[in-house]
Amino acid sequence: MLAATVRVTRDLDEAEEAVQDAYLQALKRWAGDGVPDRPGAWLTTVARRTALNGVRHREVLRRKLPLLVEPDVAEPPEPAGPIPDDRLRLVFTCCHPALAQEAQIALTLRLVCGVATADIAHAFLVPEPTMAARLTRAKKKIAAARIPYAVPAAEDLPARVSVVLTVLHLLYAAGHTAPSGDDLVRDELTGRALDLARMLRALLPADTEVAGLLALLLVQQARRATRTDAAGRLLRLEDQDRTRWDPAMIAEADRLVVEALRNGPPGRFGVQAAIAALHAQAPSYGETDWPQILTLYDVLLRLWPSPVVALNRAVAVAMVSGPEAALAEIARLEADGRLAGYRYLPATKAELLHRLGRDAEAADAYRAALALSENAVEQEFLAARLSGA
Amino acid sequence: MAQYAVLIYERVPAEDLPKEIMERHIGLPELIAAKGGKVTAGLALQPNETATAIRGDLVTDGPFVETKEVLAGVYLLEARDLDHALACAKLTPIVEGGVEVRPLVDFQVVAD
Repeated sequence: MLAATVRVTRDLDEAEEAVQDAYLQALKRWAGDGVPDRPGAWLTTVARRTALNGVRHREVLRRKLPLLVEPDVAEPPEPAGPIPDDRLRLVFTCCHPALAQEAQIALTLRLVCGVATADIAHAFLVPEPTMAARLTRAKKKIAAARIPYAVPAAEDLPARVSVVLTVLHLLYAAGHTAPSGDDLVRDELTGRALDLARMLRALLPADTEVAGLLALLLVQQARRATRTDAAGRLLRLEDQDRTRWDPAMIAEADRLVVEALRNGPPGRFGVQAAIAALHAQAPSYGETDWPQILTLYDVLLRLWPSPVVALNRAVAVAMVSGPEAALAEIARLEADGRLAGYRYLPATKAELLHRLGRDAEAADAYRAALALSENAVEQEFLAARLSGA
Repeated sequence: MAQYAVLIYERVPAEDLPKEIMERHIGLPELIAAKGGKVTAGLALQPNETATAIRGDLVTDGPFVETKEVLAGVYLLEARDLDHALACAKLTPIVEGGVEVRPLVDFQVVAD
Protein backbone atom coordinates (compact mmCIF):
# COMPACT_ATOMS: atom_id res chain seq x y z
CA MET A 1 0.00 0.00 0.00
CA LEU A 2 2.81 2.37 0.91
CA ALA A 3 4.61 1.21 -2.20
CA ALA A 4 1.62 2.09 -4.39
CA THR A 5 1.19 5.46 -2.69
CA VAL A 6 4.79 6.59 -2.89
CA ARG A 7 4.55 6.37 -6.67
CA VAL A 8 2.09 9.23 -6.50
CA THR A 9 3.90 11.43 -4.00
CA ARG A 10 7.53 10.58 -4.88
CA ASP A 11 8.08 11.39 -1.22
CA LEU A 12 8.19 8.70 1.44
CA ASP A 13 7.03 10.87 4.33
CA GLU A 14 4.02 12.16 2.43
CA ALA A 15 3.15 8.64 1.37
CA GLU A 16 3.33 7.39 4.94
CA GLU A 17 1.04 10.19 6.04
CA ALA A 18 -1.44 9.43 3.28
CA VAL A 19 -1.52 5.78 4.29
CA GLN A 20 -2.14 6.64 7.93
CA ASP A 21 -4.87 9.00 6.83
CA ALA A 22 -6.48 6.20 4.83
CA TYR A 23 -6.58 3.98 7.92
CA LEU A 24 -8.28 6.76 9.88
CA GLN A 25 -10.88 7.20 7.14
CA ALA A 26 -11.40 3.46 7.10
CA LEU A 27 -12.09 3.38 10.83
CA LYS A 28 -14.79 6.01 10.42
CA ARG A 29 -16.39 4.72 7.22
CA TRP A 30 -16.26 0.99 7.93
CA ALA A 31 -17.91 1.46 11.32
CA GLY A 32 -20.98 2.88 9.54
CA ASP A 33 -21.01 1.16 6.15
CA GLY A 34 -19.38 -2.16 7.01
CA VAL A 35 -16.06 -3.50 5.76
CA PRO A 36 -15.82 -3.40 1.93
CA ASP A 37 -15.23 -6.58 -0.11
CA ARG A 38 -11.59 -5.80 -0.74
CA PRO A 39 -10.41 -3.75 2.26
CA GLY A 40 -6.78 -3.66 1.06
CA ALA A 41 -7.74 -2.24 -2.31
CA TRP A 42 -10.10 0.25 -0.66
CA LEU A 43 -7.31 1.50 1.63
CA THR A 44 -4.80 1.77 -1.22
CA THR A 45 -7.25 3.74 -3.35
CA VAL A 46 -8.00 6.17 -0.52
CA ALA A 47 -4.32 6.57 0.35
CA ARG A 48 -3.40 7.28 -3.25
CA ARG A 49 -6.27 9.77 -3.62
CA THR A 50 -5.15 11.57 -0.47
CA ALA A 51 -1.58 11.58 -1.70
CA LEU A 52 -2.61 12.87 -5.12
CA ASN A 53 -4.47 15.76 -3.49
CA GLY A 54 -1.31 16.59 -1.58
CA VAL A 55 0.74 16.55 -4.77
CA ARG A 56 -1.78 18.80 -6.55
CA HIS A 57 -1.76 21.17 -3.60
CA ARG A 58 2.01 21.40 -3.85
CA GLU A 59 1.83 22.02 -7.58
CA VAL A 60 -0.60 24.90 -7.08
CA LEU A 61 1.84 26.39 -4.56
CA ARG A 62 4.59 26.03 -7.08
CA ARG A 63 2.68 27.80 -9.81
CA LYS A 64 2.19 30.69 -7.40
CA LEU A 65 5.93 31.00 -6.94
CA PRO A 66 6.90 31.40 -10.59
CA LEU A 67 10.26 33.06 -10.01
CA LEU A 68 11.70 30.16 -8.08
CA VAL A 69 10.11 27.50 -10.14
CA GLU A 70 11.70 25.40 -12.74
CA PRO A 71 8.80 23.41 -14.16
CA ASP A 72 8.88 19.93 -12.76
CA VAL A 73 9.00 17.37 -15.52
CA ALA A 74 8.05 14.54 -13.19
CA GLU A 75 6.25 11.72 -14.91
CA PRO A 76 2.45 11.82 -14.62
CA PRO A 77 1.53 10.04 -11.39
CA GLU A 78 -1.15 7.85 -13.02
CA PRO A 79 -1.63 5.13 -14.02
CA ALA A 80 0.08 2.87 -11.54
CA GLY A 81 1.36 -0.58 -12.35
CA PRO A 82 0.27 -3.62 -10.39
CA ILE A 83 1.14 -3.65 -6.68
CA PRO A 84 3.95 -6.25 -6.85
CA ASP A 85 6.00 -4.00 -9.18
CA ASP A 86 5.51 -1.17 -6.74
CA ARG A 87 6.87 -3.25 -3.87
CA LEU A 88 9.85 -4.25 -5.97
CA ARG A 89 10.56 -0.59 -6.78
CA LEU A 90 10.36 0.23 -3.10
CA VAL A 91 12.81 -2.55 -2.23
CA PHE A 92 15.29 -1.20 -4.77
CA THR A 93 14.90 2.32 -3.39
CA CYS A 94 15.45 1.17 0.21
CA CYS A 95 18.45 -0.97 -0.80
CA HIS A 96 20.10 1.63 -3.03
CA PRO A 97 23.90 1.40 -2.84
CA ALA A 98 24.05 5.16 -2.22
CA LEU A 99 22.60 4.49 1.26
CA ALA A 100 24.63 3.12 4.17
CA GLN A 101 24.00 -0.55 4.81
CA GLU A 102 22.45 0.02 8.25
CA ALA A 103 20.10 2.54 6.63
CA GLN A 104 19.21 0.06 3.89
CA ILE A 105 18.24 -2.53 6.48
CA ALA A 106 16.26 -0.09 8.60
CA LEU A 107 14.42 1.40 5.62
CA THR A 108 13.51 -2.02 4.26
CA LEU A 109 12.01 -3.04 7.59
CA ARG A 110 10.19 0.26 8.05
CA LEU A 111 8.88 0.89 4.55
CA VAL A 112 8.64 -2.51 2.88
CA CYS A 113 7.63 -4.57 5.93
CA GLY A 114 5.90 -1.80 7.89
CA VAL A 115 7.75 -2.61 11.14
CA ALA A 116 7.43 0.21 13.69
CA THR A 117 10.53 2.33 14.28
CA ALA A 118 10.55 1.37 17.97
CA ASP A 119 10.63 -2.34 17.07
CA ILE A 120 13.47 -1.86 14.57
CA ALA A 121 15.42 0.05 17.20
CA HIS A 122 14.81 -2.78 19.67
CA ALA A 123 15.94 -5.43 17.19
CA PHE A 124 19.20 -3.61 16.46
CA LEU A 125 19.82 -2.57 20.06
CA VAL A 126 19.86 1.17 19.50
CA PRO A 127 17.69 3.79 21.25
CA GLU A 128 14.52 4.65 19.34
CA PRO A 129 15.55 8.28 18.66
CA THR A 130 18.79 7.01 17.11
CA MET A 131 16.88 4.71 14.78
CA ALA A 132 14.34 7.45 13.98
CA ALA A 133 17.20 9.83 13.12
CA ARG A 134 18.84 7.16 10.95
CA LEU A 135 15.58 6.67 9.04
CA THR A 136 15.05 10.41 8.65
CA ARG A 137 18.57 10.95 7.32
CA ALA A 138 18.11 8.16 4.80
CA LYS A 139 14.75 9.50 3.64
CA LYS A 140 16.28 12.96 3.26
CA LYS A 141 19.02 11.55 1.11
CA ILE A 142 16.51 9.70 -1.05
CA ALA A 143 14.69 12.98 -1.63
CA ALA A 144 17.74 15.28 -2.00
CA ALA A 145 19.82 13.01 -4.23
CA ARG A 146 16.71 11.82 -6.09
CA ILE A 147 17.33 8.17 -5.54
CA PRO A 148 14.86 6.80 -8.07
CA TYR A 149 11.82 4.78 -7.19
CA ALA A 150 12.36 2.31 -9.99
CA VAL A 151 13.54 -1.13 -10.96
CA PRO A 152 17.14 -0.59 -12.17
CA ALA A 153 18.13 -0.83 -15.82
CA ALA A 154 18.96 -4.32 -17.06
CA GLU A 155 22.74 -3.72 -17.08
CA ASP A 156 22.67 -2.60 -13.42
CA LEU A 157 20.20 -5.24 -12.25
CA PRO A 158 22.60 -8.01 -11.14
CA ALA A 159 24.66 -5.62 -8.99
CA ARG A 160 21.54 -4.02 -7.50
CA VAL A 161 19.85 -7.36 -6.79
CA SER A 162 23.04 -8.37 -5.03
CA VAL A 163 22.71 -5.38 -2.66
CA VAL A 164 19.10 -6.34 -1.91
CA LEU A 165 20.07 -9.97 -1.25
CA THR A 166 22.86 -8.87 1.09
CA VAL A 167 20.36 -6.77 3.06
CA LEU A 168 17.94 -9.70 3.35
CA HIS A 169 20.75 -12.02 4.40
CA LEU A 170 21.91 -9.59 7.09
CA LEU A 171 18.33 -9.17 8.24
CA TYR A 172 17.98 -12.92 8.60
CA ALA A 173 21.37 -13.22 10.29
CA ALA A 174 20.45 -10.48 12.77
CA GLY A 175 17.37 -12.47 13.72
CA HIS A 176 19.12 -15.83 13.64
CA THR A 177 21.95 -15.05 16.02
CA ALA A 178 21.09 -11.81 17.67
CA PRO A 179 24.44 -10.14 18.40
CA SER A 180 23.50 -9.70 22.04
CA GLY A 181 20.63 -10.17 24.42
CA ASP A 182 18.87 -13.29 25.65
CA ASP A 183 16.91 -14.51 22.66
CA LEU A 184 19.02 -16.42 20.23
CA VAL A 185 16.38 -16.39 17.58
CA ARG A 186 14.34 -13.34 16.81
CA ASP A 187 11.45 -14.80 14.93
CA GLU A 188 10.27 -11.41 13.79
CA LEU A 189 13.41 -10.65 11.79
CA THR A 190 13.92 -14.15 10.42
CA GLY A 191 10.27 -14.32 9.39
CA ARG A 192 10.42 -10.94 7.66
CA ALA A 193 13.60 -11.83 5.82
CA LEU A 194 12.09 -15.09 4.62
CA ASP A 195 8.88 -13.34 3.48
CA LEU A 196 10.93 -10.77 1.56
CA ALA A 197 13.06 -13.46 -0.07
CA ARG A 198 9.87 -15.26 -1.16
CA MET A 199 8.46 -12.04 -2.52
CA LEU A 200 11.67 -11.33 -4.44
CA ARG A 201 11.64 -14.87 -5.79
CA ALA A 202 8.08 -14.37 -7.06
CA LEU A 203 9.00 -11.04 -8.65
CA LEU A 204 12.34 -12.08 -10.18
CA PRO A 205 11.80 -15.77 -10.96
CA ALA A 206 14.69 -15.95 -13.46
CA ASP A 207 17.37 -14.66 -11.06
CA THR A 208 19.50 -17.59 -9.84
CA GLU A 209 20.99 -15.65 -6.92
CA VAL A 210 17.49 -14.88 -5.62
CA ALA A 211 16.76 -18.62 -5.79
CA GLY A 212 20.07 -19.23 -3.99
CA LEU A 213 19.33 -16.80 -1.16
CA LEU A 214 15.82 -18.18 -0.62
CA ALA A 215 17.26 -21.72 -0.51
CA LEU A 216 19.91 -20.64 2.00
CA LEU A 217 17.34 -19.02 4.30
CA LEU A 218 15.01 -22.02 4.00
CA VAL A 219 17.73 -24.45 5.13
CA GLN A 220 18.62 -22.24 8.08
CA GLN A 221 14.95 -21.88 8.96
CA ALA A 222 14.44 -25.66 8.65
CA ARG A 223 17.13 -26.26 11.27
CA ARG A 224 16.04 -23.40 13.50
CA ALA A 225 14.23 -25.45 16.15
CA THR A 226 17.30 -27.56 16.89
CA ARG A 227 19.87 -24.80 17.32
CA THR A 228 19.28 -24.79 21.08
CA ASP A 229 18.25 -27.49 23.53
CA ALA A 230 15.19 -27.46 25.78
CA ALA A 231 17.02 -25.25 28.28
CA GLY A 232 17.88 -22.73 25.54
CA ARG A 233 21.52 -23.80 25.35
CA LEU A 234 23.31 -23.59 21.99
CA LEU A 235 23.83 -26.90 20.20
CA ARG A 236 26.57 -27.51 17.65
CA LEU A 237 25.61 -28.84 14.23
CA GLU A 238 27.03 -32.24 15.19
CA ASP A 239 24.85 -32.39 18.32
CA GLN A 240 21.59 -31.30 16.73
CA ASP A 241 18.65 -33.69 16.42
CA ARG A 242 18.36 -34.02 12.65
CA THR A 243 15.00 -35.76 12.84
CA ARG A 244 13.52 -32.43 13.95
CA TRP A 245 14.68 -30.54 10.88
CA ASP A 246 11.79 -29.49 8.64
CA PRO A 247 11.90 -31.87 5.64
CA ALA A 248 9.48 -29.85 3.50
CA MET A 249 11.63 -26.72 3.79
CA ILE A 250 14.79 -28.67 3.03
CA ALA A 251 13.17 -30.27 -0.02
CA GLU A 252 12.07 -26.85 -1.26
CA ALA A 253 15.62 -25.56 -0.72
CA ASP A 254 17.06 -28.52 -2.66
CA ARG A 255 14.92 -27.74 -5.69
CA LEU A 256 15.99 -24.11 -5.56
CA VAL A 257 19.69 -25.01 -5.24
CA VAL A 258 19.52 -27.23 -8.31
CA GLU A 259 17.89 -24.39 -10.20
CA ALA A 260 20.42 -21.83 -8.94
CA LEU A 261 23.42 -23.92 -9.96
CA ARG A 262 22.05 -25.22 -13.24
CA ASN A 263 20.97 -21.97 -14.87
CA GLY A 264 24.16 -20.02 -15.37
CA PRO A 265 27.46 -19.50 -13.56
CA PRO A 266 27.24 -20.08 -9.80
CA GLY A 267 26.82 -17.03 -7.57
CA ARG A 268 27.69 -16.40 -3.95
CA PHE A 269 24.28 -17.24 -2.52
CA GLY A 270 23.76 -20.26 -4.78
CA VAL A 271 27.02 -21.82 -3.58
CA GLN A 272 26.31 -21.01 0.08
CA ALA A 273 22.89 -22.59 -0.31
CA ALA A 274 24.45 -25.69 -1.89
CA ILE A 275 26.77 -26.05 1.12
CA ALA A 276 23.88 -25.61 3.56
CA ALA A 277 21.75 -28.10 1.60
CA LEU A 278 24.52 -30.73 1.69
CA HIS A 279 24.65 -30.38 5.47
CA ALA A 280 20.88 -30.67 5.66
CA GLN A 281 20.80 -33.84 3.52
CA ALA A 282 23.45 -35.68 5.51
CA PRO A 283 22.10 -38.34 7.90
CA SER A 284 24.74 -37.33 10.48
CA TYR A 285 27.64 -34.92 10.95
CA GLY A 286 30.20 -37.67 10.28
CA GLU A 287 28.39 -38.89 7.17
CA THR A 288 28.35 -35.44 5.61
CA ASP A 289 29.89 -35.22 2.13
CA TRP A 290 32.86 -33.17 3.40
CA PRO A 291 35.02 -33.43 0.24
CA GLN A 292 32.12 -32.00 -1.78
CA ILE A 293 31.61 -29.25 0.82
CA LEU A 294 35.32 -28.38 0.66
CA THR A 295 35.12 -28.13 -3.15
CA LEU A 296 32.14 -25.78 -2.81
CA TYR A 297 34.04 -23.64 -0.28
CA ASP A 298 36.91 -23.36 -2.79
CA VAL A 299 34.40 -22.05 -5.35
CA LEU A 300 32.85 -19.72 -2.80
CA LEU A 301 36.23 -18.31 -1.76
CA ARG A 302 36.98 -17.44 -5.40
CA LEU A 303 33.59 -15.72 -5.77
CA TRP A 304 33.80 -14.01 -2.40
CA PRO A 305 37.34 -13.73 -0.99
CA SER A 306 36.25 -13.04 2.59
CA PRO A 307 38.16 -14.18 5.70
CA VAL A 308 34.86 -15.38 7.19
CA VAL A 309 34.45 -17.76 4.24
CA ALA A 310 38.05 -18.89 4.72
CA LEU A 311 37.28 -19.63 8.39
CA ASN A 312 34.27 -21.77 7.48
CA ARG A 313 36.36 -23.51 4.85
CA ALA A 314 38.89 -24.39 7.58
CA VAL A 315 36.16 -26.41 9.33
CA ALA A 316 35.69 -28.46 6.16
CA VAL A 317 39.47 -28.83 5.84
CA ALA A 318 39.53 -30.30 9.35
CA MET A 319 36.95 -32.91 8.36
CA VAL A 320 38.75 -33.84 5.12
CA SER A 321 42.44 -33.53 6.06
CA GLY A 322 42.40 -33.43 9.87
CA PRO A 323 42.58 -30.71 12.56
CA GLU A 324 46.31 -29.92 12.06
CA ALA A 325 45.73 -28.87 8.45
CA ALA A 326 42.82 -26.70 9.60
CA LEU A 327 44.92 -25.10 12.36
CA ALA A 328 47.44 -24.05 9.72
CA GLU A 329 44.57 -22.23 7.93
CA ILE A 330 43.52 -20.64 11.23
CA ALA A 331 47.09 -19.42 11.82
CA ARG A 332 47.06 -17.76 8.40
CA LEU A 333 43.78 -16.03 9.28
CA GLU A 334 45.15 -14.85 12.63
CA ALA A 335 48.20 -13.39 10.87
CA ASP A 336 45.90 -11.73 8.32
CA GLY A 337 44.33 -9.70 11.15
CA ARG A 338 41.02 -8.91 9.46
CA LEU A 339 39.16 -11.25 11.80
CA ALA A 340 40.58 -9.73 14.98
CA GLY A 341 37.59 -9.37 17.30
CA TYR A 342 35.53 -11.98 15.43
CA ARG A 343 34.43 -14.45 18.11
CA TYR A 344 34.09 -17.44 15.78
CA LEU A 345 37.83 -17.42 15.00
CA PRO A 346 39.01 -18.34 18.54
CA ALA A 347 35.92 -20.54 19.01
CA THR A 348 36.80 -22.60 15.92
CA LYS A 349 40.44 -22.76 16.93
CA ALA A 350 39.43 -23.98 20.38
CA GLU A 351 37.34 -26.82 18.92
CA LEU A 352 40.21 -27.95 16.70
CA LEU A 353 42.72 -27.87 19.57
CA HIS A 354 40.25 -29.74 21.75
CA ARG A 355 39.95 -32.48 19.11
CA LEU A 356 43.75 -32.81 19.14
CA GLY A 357 43.75 -33.14 22.91
CA ARG A 358 45.69 -29.87 23.33
CA ASP A 359 43.37 -28.86 26.16
CA ALA A 360 45.40 -26.03 27.74
CA GLU A 361 45.64 -24.21 24.40
CA ALA A 362 41.97 -24.97 23.73
CA ALA A 363 41.01 -23.39 27.06
CA ASP A 364 42.91 -20.20 26.17
CA ALA A 365 41.08 -20.01 22.85
CA TYR A 366 37.67 -20.61 24.50
CA ARG A 367 38.43 -17.78 26.94
CA ALA A 368 39.32 -15.50 24.03
CA ALA A 369 36.02 -16.37 22.29
CA LEU A 370 34.07 -15.86 25.51
CA ALA A 371 35.52 -12.37 25.92
CA LEU A 372 34.27 -11.41 22.45
CA SER A 373 30.71 -12.76 22.63
CA GLU A 374 27.83 -10.58 23.80
CA ASN A 375 25.11 -13.16 23.33
CA ALA A 376 24.06 -14.81 26.60
CA VAL A 377 23.27 -18.17 24.97
CA GLU A 378 26.61 -18.23 23.18
CA GLN A 379 28.47 -17.25 26.34
CA GLU A 380 26.87 -20.11 28.22
CA PHE A 381 27.84 -22.52 25.44
CA LEU A 382 31.45 -21.36 25.42
CA ALA A 383 31.69 -21.46 29.21
CA ALA A 384 30.42 -25.06 29.16
CA ARG A 385 32.97 -26.00 26.50
CA LEU A 386 35.67 -24.29 28.54
CA SER A 387 34.89 -26.28 31.67
CA GLY A 388 34.89 -29.46 29.58
CA ALA A 389 38.15 -28.62 27.77
CA MET B 1 15.93 17.29 -14.40
CA ALA B 2 17.87 17.27 -11.14
CA GLN B 3 21.20 19.01 -10.72
CA TYR B 4 24.36 17.43 -9.39
CA ALA B 5 27.96 18.47 -8.87
CA VAL B 6 30.48 15.80 -9.86
CA LEU B 7 33.68 16.25 -7.84
CA ILE B 8 36.73 14.76 -9.51
CA TYR B 9 39.38 13.36 -7.17
CA GLU B 10 42.50 12.60 -9.20
CA ARG B 11 45.92 12.03 -7.63
CA VAL B 12 47.76 12.47 -10.89
CA PRO B 13 48.42 16.21 -11.44
CA ALA B 14 46.82 17.70 -14.55
CA GLU B 15 50.18 18.29 -16.30
CA ASP B 16 51.11 14.61 -15.87
CA LEU B 17 47.83 13.21 -17.15
CA PRO B 18 48.25 11.05 -20.26
CA LYS B 19 47.15 12.70 -23.48
CA GLU B 20 44.47 10.07 -23.95
CA ILE B 21 42.89 10.94 -20.56
CA MET B 22 42.92 14.68 -21.37
CA GLU B 23 41.16 13.95 -24.65
CA ARG B 24 38.54 11.91 -22.85
CA HIS B 25 37.96 14.82 -20.45
CA ILE B 26 37.39 17.09 -23.40
CA GLY B 27 34.99 14.62 -24.99
CA LEU B 28 33.09 13.96 -21.73
CA PRO B 29 30.20 16.45 -22.21
CA GLU B 30 29.43 14.87 -25.57
CA LEU B 31 29.47 11.34 -24.10
CA ILE B 32 27.16 12.44 -21.29
CA ALA B 33 24.81 14.14 -23.76
CA ALA B 34 24.59 10.86 -25.67
CA LYS B 35 23.35 9.28 -22.43
CA GLY B 36 20.65 11.92 -22.03
CA GLY B 37 22.45 13.98 -19.38
CA LYS B 38 23.84 17.48 -19.71
CA VAL B 39 27.07 19.09 -18.47
CA THR B 40 26.27 22.74 -17.78
CA ALA B 41 29.64 23.90 -16.40
CA GLY B 42 33.08 22.54 -15.65
CA LEU B 43 36.10 23.73 -13.66
CA ALA B 44 39.60 22.26 -13.59
CA LEU B 45 41.68 23.21 -10.53
CA GLN B 46 45.42 23.89 -10.31
CA PRO B 47 47.23 21.42 -7.96
CA ASN B 48 46.83 21.47 -4.16
CA GLU B 49 50.19 23.27 -3.70
CA THR B 50 48.75 26.35 -5.36
CA ALA B 51 45.88 26.61 -2.85
CA THR B 52 45.63 29.22 -0.07
CA ALA B 53 43.30 28.71 2.89
CA ILE B 54 41.63 31.43 4.96
CA ARG B 55 40.24 30.63 8.43
CA GLY B 56 38.92 33.71 10.13
CA ASP B 57 41.85 36.12 9.79
CA LEU B 58 44.45 33.41 9.40
CA VAL B 59 45.87 32.88 5.94
CA THR B 60 47.84 29.67 5.39
CA ASP B 61 49.22 27.82 2.44
CA GLY B 62 47.66 24.56 1.25
CA PRO B 63 44.08 23.41 0.71
CA PHE B 64 41.44 23.87 3.41
CA VAL B 65 41.23 20.15 4.11
CA GLU B 66 44.49 18.19 4.03
CA THR B 67 43.77 14.74 2.65
CA LYS B 68 45.45 12.26 0.40
CA GLU B 69 42.62 12.80 -2.05
CA VAL B 70 43.09 15.76 -4.33
CA LEU B 71 40.10 17.68 -5.58
CA ALA B 72 41.13 18.25 -9.18
CA GLY B 73 37.98 19.54 -10.77
CA VAL B 74 34.24 19.73 -10.69
CA TYR B 75 31.45 19.82 -13.23
CA LEU B 76 27.75 20.48 -13.04
CA LEU B 77 25.51 17.76 -14.34
CA GLU B 78 21.81 17.65 -15.12
CA ALA B 79 20.29 14.19 -14.89
CA ARG B 80 16.89 12.58 -14.37
CA ASP B 81 17.72 11.00 -11.02
CA LEU B 82 20.64 9.61 -9.04
CA ASP B 83 20.91 6.42 -11.09
CA HIS B 84 21.08 8.47 -14.28
CA ALA B 85 23.62 10.84 -12.71
CA LEU B 86 25.76 7.90 -11.58
CA ALA B 87 25.64 6.35 -15.05
CA CYS B 88 26.85 9.68 -16.52
CA ALA B 89 29.50 10.32 -13.83
CA LYS B 90 30.93 6.83 -14.37
CA LEU B 91 32.12 8.05 -17.78
CA THR B 92 34.58 10.48 -16.14
CA PRO B 93 38.15 9.42 -17.01
CA ILE B 94 40.25 8.79 -13.87
CA VAL B 95 43.83 7.54 -13.56
CA GLU B 96 44.03 7.21 -9.77
CA GLY B 97 41.11 8.25 -7.60
CA GLY B 98 37.40 8.56 -8.24
CA VAL B 99 34.46 10.92 -8.40
CA GLU B 100 31.82 12.02 -5.91
CA VAL B 101 28.29 12.84 -6.99
CA ARG B 102 26.53 15.47 -4.87
CA PRO B 103 23.00 16.74 -5.40
CA LEU B 104 22.72 20.51 -5.50
CA VAL B 105 20.29 22.29 -3.21
CA ASP B 106 16.99 22.52 -5.03
CA PHE B 107 15.60 25.98 -4.33
CA GLN B 108 12.12 24.71 -5.15
CA VAL B 109 12.33 22.51 -2.07
CA VAL B 110 13.43 25.46 0.05
CA ALA B 111 10.52 27.53 -1.28
CA ASP B 112 8.05 24.84 -0.26
